Amino acid sequence: MRLRYDRFLFNLLGYSFVGLFAVLCLIPFYMVIIGSLTSQESIVSDGYRLWPGQFSGAAYQLLGESAGALLRAYGVTIIVTVVGTAAGLFITAMTAYVLNAKDFKYRNYFAFYFYFTTLFSGGLVPWYIMIVKYLHLKNNLLALIVPLLLNVFYILIMRSFMSAIPEAIKESARIDGAGDFTIFVRLMLPLLKSALATIGLFIALNYWNDWFNTMLFIDRENLYNLQYYLFQILSKLEFVNAAMMQAGIAMPTMPSDAYKMAMTLVATGPIVFLYPFVQRYFVQGVTIGAVKG
Amino acid sequence: MTSFLKELKRNRIKFLMISPAVLFYLVLAYLPMGGIVIAFKQFNYNDGIFGSPWVGFENFRYFWESGQLFQVTINTILYNAAFMIINNGLEIVIAIILAEMAGKYLRRFLQSAIFLPYFISWVVVGAFVYNLFNFEFGSVNTLLKSLGADPIDVYSNSSAWIWIILFFSAWKSVGYGTVFYLAAIMNIDNETYEAAEIDGANVFQRIRHITLPALVPTIIILILLSVGNIVRGDFQMFYQIVGDNGLVFDKTDVIDTFVVRSLLTIQEFGMSAAAGVYQSVLSFVIIITVNYFVRRVEKDYALF
Repeated sequence: MRLRYDRFLFNLLGYSFVGLFAVLCLIPFYMVIIGSLTSQESIVSDGYRLWPGQFSGAAYQLLGESAGALLRAYGVTIIVTVVGTAAGLFITAMTAYVLNAKDFKYRNYFAFYFYFTTLFSGGLVPWYIMIVKYLHLKNNLLALIVPLLLNVFYILIMRSFMSAIPEAIKESARIDGAGDFTIFVRLMLPLLKSALATIGLFIALNYWNDWFNTMLFIDRENLYNLQYYLFQILSKLEFVNAAMMQAGIAMPTMPSDAYKMAMTLVATGPIVFLYPFVQRYFVQGVTIGAVKG
Repeated sequence: MTSFLKELKRNRIKFLMISPAVLFYLVLAYLPMGGIVIAFKQFNYNDGIFGSPWVGFENFRYFWESGQLFQVTINTILYNAAFMIINNGLEIVIAIILAEMAGKYLRRFLQSAIFLPYFISWVVVGAFVYNLFNFEFGSVNTLLKSLGADPIDVYSNSSAWIWIILFFSAWKSVGYGTVFYLAAIMNIDNETYEAAEIDGANVFQRIRHITLPALVPTIIILILLSVGNIVRGDFQMFYQIVGDNGLVFDKTDVIDTFVVRSLLTIQEFGMSAAAGVYQSVLSFVIIITVNYFVRRVEKDYALF
């Protein structure tokens, strides 16, 4: 085979560039893992490093001994994610079904009604007041569920998925006497498994990574979700101290900076673990959005 | 009206099925739009939206006189413009290189690595920033010290944050954007490439004359979307990366961080509502204007 200099040059530049970028993408994860395994004395004297001066599992020991608050935060996040994703996905699909129904005269008006909310909004303050003062959702888990329930773009992407299903299938069910809701639940949902997985994962990721709604609407520590609890550990010393007290560790020896990294890892773990299995659904979702939207 | 009633009767199940979403946006989007009046009132929590006294443009005047309006607007626009150029540039380059790669597994691994940060919450990114840029023992400063350079004092050096923010914005979103461009490249007809190959075009010529022109529509659409959002700052990103450090606000404060701070820390409902209305109206005007001109030039690229 003839050596192609242009191909050689392209590969050399291209692989180095993308390789370097990929390494930069992964390095922070690596630094956190190493940081969590470094002894407090090493961090104080040398800082976080690529390779620890002195290994220590103290942070994880502490994490195990003070797991109460962490597990509660995990529980809040799991409940909110499961309930929110199930409800959000169902309503998203149901709305998309109606917007895609050719015999529904007002579907374009409704589509505009939804789309307009992405162009103009009243801003954060009236929205906040609506939820706190008029819906009375302060310190209520619904305040974490409701705001992320629906997203206009997910409804529109779901509608594109639906429009790919031939009308004849719905028509034949209608002739057999099935109503809209029956057609939607019995016929459309099973045909849309891959679309539901895609949109469901997007919604679930939003719930899992949310901390903003907790910051706005939750004061009670036992209702903190995982990400907000992590934020408190990272930014407020008293949260770290509380964990130390619970574990009965004296102040000067507390591995607080390794502990922060260990906590970060525990909060990120499930996502990174699931990532290889779910990535293709996200790619599919973005691709559909790019082609149709 | 009678035709509406007829439709309502004929398609009542469809109306029922769409009603949860209609109610959702009514309560959380349309009714709060009415709450814009808060910007013209001296809001106090107990009297509510309707009971609080009118103050005209006082809140806007206060926002203007605080000297913040200009600063946060400029910061928001400059950051978003920089994100738009840097991130789209990286996404295009990376997508083209990935598409040209021969090794399937290596390509898949690299794409996965670059997409991974998209899945991480901004709080975790905040932890990364702490690990890397903390003044006392951040890894970057450790590295600088071992090289004999001066460590960066991120607590007071506001310019350093510009680079940190630009880096993490690209870090988190380039993987996602790359997928858009890859999808566009995959849509290019393979025969075009084969014909170019036969004509003796090298890799760079093929990219220059086939791939890049094919990406133009995607580039334009993504740029238009960014321009429409140019006065909307990503609160989660700025807040988690920078935190609440007043010393560096001159370079890091955007409209959204300003609004949330005024709301949560000083409970300044009126002024933060005014800032929010200012942002919404400005954003709406920009979107409508951009869309109007795009429609006139090339109808296919218009958003609506």
